Parts: sequence; C-alpha cells; structure tokens
Amino acid sequence: MHSRIHEIKEAAESAKDKKGTYGPDIDLSQYKKNATPHPYEEKLGSFGPEESDKLTAVGIDISQDQRSGTFLLKDQSVIHCRTKQDGLEVLSMKEALDRYQWLEEYWWKAVSVDADKYTAQAELSLNDGYFIRSYAFAKSLSPIQACLYMGVENLSQNVHNIIIAEEGSELHIITGCATAPYVLSGLHIGISEFYIKKGAKLTFTMIHNWGRDVMVRPRSAAIVEEEGIFLSNFACLHPVRSLQLYPVTRLVGQGAIARFHSILLATPGSDLDTGARVFLQAPQTRSEIITRAISTGGKIMARGHLIGEVPGIKAHLECMGLLLSEKGGIHAVPELEGKVGGVDMSHEAAVGKIAQEEVEYLMARGLSEEEATSTIVRGFLDVRIEGLPPSLQEELSRVIKQSEKALM
Amino acid sequence: MTLLEIKDLYVSINDKELLKGIDLTIDKGETHVLMGPNASGKTTLVLTLLGYPTYKITKGRILFRGEDLTEKDITQRAKLGIALAYQTPPEVRGVKLRDILIFIAAKSSGDSDKEEKATSFLQRVGLEPTSFLPRDINVGFSGGEKKRAELAQIFAMRPELMILDEPDSGVDIDSLRLIGREIRKVVEELKSGVLAITHHRHILQYLKSNLCHIIYDGKILVSGPPEEIVPSVEELGYEKYIKRLRLK
Repeated sequence: MHSRIHEIKEAAESAKDKKGTYGPDIDLSQYKKNATPHPYEEKLGSFGPEESDKLTAVGIDISQDQRSGTFLLKDQSVIHCRTKQDGLEVLSMKEALDRYQWLEEYWWKAVSVDADKYTAQAELSLNDGYFIRSYAFAKSLSPIQACLYMGVENLSQNVHNIIIAEEGSELHIITGCATAPYVLSGLHIGISEFYIKKGAKLTFTMIHNWGRDVMVRPRSAAIVEEEGIFLSNFACLHPVRSLQLYPVTRLVGQGAIARFHSILLATPGSDLDTGARVFLQAPQTRSEIITRAISTGGKIMARGHLIGEVPGIKAHLECMGLLLSEKGGIHAVPELEGKVGGVDMSHEAAVGKIAQEEVEYLMARGLSEEEATSTIVRGFLDVRIEGLPPSLQEELSRVIKQSEKALM
Repeated sequence: MTLLEIKDLYVSINDKELLKGIDLTIDKGETHVLMGPNASGKTTLVLTLLGYPTYKITKGRILFRGEDLTEKDITQRAKLGIALAYQTPPEVRGVKLRDILIFIAAKSSGDSDKEEKATSFLQRVGLEPTSFLPRDINVGFSGGEKKRAELAQIFAMRPELMILDEPDSGVDIDSLRLIGREIRKVVEELKSGVLAITHHRHILQYLKSNLCHIIYDGKILVSGPPEEIVPSVEELGYEKYIKRLRLK
C-alpha cells in the first residue's frame, strides 16, 4: 500500500504544471497557500449576520435542526464536524485517513491524481475535506450538510472529499460552497470521489455562491454499482469569475442509474464551463443529464457526454438555455457516443430568448411585461427533481427564489 | 351603453395592410359573432384589440367605454376588462395553471379567497383542480382542455368584453355544451359584451347572439341576424356566400 501512496505523490508531482483540458488556465502561485487556523467550534457561533445569510443561501442550516450531520471547513480548518444519526458517519478527511487504513483503496480511485495541475495541487497541498459514509442498509432521515467556506481574500483552498454509500443504504447530502460576503477573489479546488454500492442511493445537492473574482475547479467522479442510484444536483446562481467542472461517472453494475441536474446563471463577467460525462458500462444502466442555463451577460458552456458501451442502456441529455441579455452567451455541447448496437440515446437542446408569444399571453391575463418575464424565468428555473427528498427540493427552490432578484 | 367602438380601422403588419376600414360597435351585454375564411383578418382584429405591438394601426380608432385604446399596452387593456380566450394558446413551460389563476383571482377578488377562486374557476369548466392546478400552462393539454383552461382564466378576469377565438374548434359535443352554457352564465352574470369567432352554428345555440359579421379581405362585408347569415354560410361555404353577396 505504501508503494501506492508513493505512486500517487509521484503522479501528482508529474502533473504539477499540466493545464486543465477545459476552462482558462490559472496561475496557482498567485494565491495564498496558508491561512490562519481557526479554532474548532462545538456549536457553530462565530459567523456574523451577513456571513450567516451567505451560508443560508447555500443551503446550510446553522441550527443543524434539519440535518443529520454537519461538516464545515473554514479556509483551511475544520471548525465543525458531527454526526447526529446512527449508521451515518461524517469525519474530516485527515481524520478518516488516520482512522481507516482501507480508505486508501478509495483515495484517488475514481479521480486521476494526474488529471491536471488542480488535482495535483489537491494532493500535494491538501488542506482537508470531508468523509461521509452511510453504513450498509442505513437510511439517512434528513440530509447531511457540508460547507466549504473561504473567509479570507485570495486564498487557495484545496479539498479532497470521499463519499461512500454502502450497500442498500440511502444517503442525502447538501453541500454549500461559498466565500464570505467581503471576499472577492480566491481559488477553490475540490476533489470529490463518490462510491455508490450495490442498491444504494445517494443524492448530492451542491450549491455554489462565490465572490466575483473567485476561480473554481471541482474535480469529481463517481462509481455506481449494481442497482445503485446517484442523483447529483448543482446550482450556481451567483457571480464567479471562472468555474469549470466536468465530473465523470461510471455505471459499472447492472441497472445503475445516474442523473444530473444543473441550474446555472451567468452574470456579466462570469464564465461557467460545466457538464457531466457518464459511461454506461453495464446492462440496463440509465442516465440523464439535464441543464437549465441562463445568461444575463456571462458565458456558459454546457457540456454533456454520454457513452453507451453495452446494449440495453438508456441515456438522455437535455440542455435548455435562456439568453436574457445581448451580451454573453450559452454554448451547448451535447455528445452521444454509442459504442454498440441496441443502445437508446437521445438529446435535446434549445438556446434562445424568452418567447415573446409567452410574455404577451401572460400580459393578456393582466401581468405587466416585467411580471410576465420574471414568471417565465422563475418557471424555467423551477426544476422538479424526481427522487430528491422534499426538504432538499424546498431548499433548492428557496435558493433559486433568492437569486431571482439578481436576474431582474 | 357602448362598450367597444371600432371606427374605420386600418391595421398593417410589416407594411402589409391586413384590415382595411373596419367599423364595429358592441354594446354592453351584446354578443357579436365574427365569421370569415382563413386569412380574412379575424385574428388580426382580435390581436389588435388586445394591443399586440406588431399590429400597427395606420388609421382609425378603437374606443373602449369611450376611452381611446391606442396608447394602451396589452396589460392595461386586460386590466380595463378585455379578455381573450385564445384559439391556440402557447405552452408556458414552468408556469403553473395555478400560478396564473391565483394571480388573476387576487387582482379581481383580493387575496383572501384566491386559492378557492382558482379552484372554482377550473371546476366551472370541468377541469379537475387537483390534477390541473399543478400543471404547466397548456403543456400536454388536449385541444378541449386548452379551450377549457382558456375560459377558466378569462372567467376569473371578470371581463367586460370577452373575445372568444374559435372556442368550439376541436371540441367534442359534451365539451361544447359545457363551454357554451358556462359562457352564457358568465355573460348573464356580468353583462359582458362578447365577440365570438366561429365557423359553426353549434356554439350559437348557447350564445344569444345579437349580430353576425362576415369579414373578408380585411373588411366587414355584411352584418345581420345570425339566424339568417350562419345557415347560409354553412350551406354555401364562404366563397360562394361572398360571391352571391356581391352579385346582389
């Protein structure tokens, strides 16, 4: 095993200067490597009202009443970590690695450490991260929340998370990533490796809310076994300089399912390059990638790549883009790759302005032009996600509603 | 009392003249039927009345309760009490029938019982509220369901003038009976004026119509009692009917 750890380090070293495949290149040296440590908080209490609002805006419940566990990384320190329900486990990554020798089997297994300089930096300058696990056949009663927060200017935050839903378990996670209201720039690198075992279900809802000039490079991947379900939701509705992510999922067991929903808003100056890639490698696997994108002047690249490798799989890709400004733009890049006969793969993409016909129709019912437009935009973003617990659906709807002010 | 007065109305779209001198007056409580072949100007007239900006008035005026509508936009006209049941309403993805009904109900009857109102208007047109309130407007509705949803909305608006654009097209006999009766009830209750576009006599069994107009090539060729005009048109078809009219 030690040789593997050694190999990982070497691979990371070799990729230190390797540019990412997508998104603008980032000069990593311009960010602060170290932050002042923060003390552990038994009860979350150090956040001021404005910071608390920001956390609420990314789905974090500071009271923790509606959560079965909490993890909070502030800058580079784990300031809170607890589990409230038996059968679920929330640990800091460093503690988990100390505690469980076997965890090395999962470390950089789904994501390649030498993918690019961001994965390399996460390995070579790891701050911490979370380890969340549901034991076999455990069912999480309410979501576990994880928060990655940056409270100082121009910091580089390097995170590595591992999430394991053991056989037959059900796990719901809401992750909020945010900068403090006064922070404008920074770099967030987040590695997340998801392992969904036989018959397990994982819902992962991630909400981003960054400072205007922050650069974000999540690198995540999932492996879904037989009859496993992975439901991944992503909302990014606030300004960010550059966000680029393209998670990879492998459906390796028969009947495994992966569904991705992304809700994106690019304001002027924001550049979002997002997508999902799913390899359907076992019979009867299914996947769906759905994106709703709005540009009010920023740029959005909405990618999707479905690879059908065996007969009998079913996959669908959908991207709906709404342009609310003459500037910016939305570029949908749907890719379907059938490698054998007997695959059922489809895609649907539409990018355009709001249909004037719909606005006029609502006006004829007495709505003003602004009311009609905002009603349509709200409806466009109001995505009902099948299989998401109602509390998380509500949380997502609330987050979307809050961001509507920025839209109009 | 005069509700709607259209005087010598000329309307163009992209410099193409579509209405060429329309005169039409509807009094409060009156029902007028407008008939005419495709592309004769029916929809142009309706959408001009509604205030669609692509339809440019080049001459003439539209008065509603004596007030000139020219400068009023679609919303303002709706608020004045002009309501259209569209022939083929657009699908509005993401916006629930409930949202729009509640919006309308809140405007017309205040916040207190808007939820109840929304439900009752759907019931009136025979749409099951529990299944239709949460649905996106017109998405996946059958032809008949669209017509009923249109009526539910305009009934909720408590209109002074109801414009019904082919409320009977693509509707089965049972639906037609229900739609016809409900329209009549609303008209009797609110004393609304009605401008109904149709190609068939069936709906007229339910609407007590005062006058029927035949529109052709942007002009009203004839106005008269519906019981005389409608059967002739049905028998001869527009083309022959109009030819015969011109020979007279």
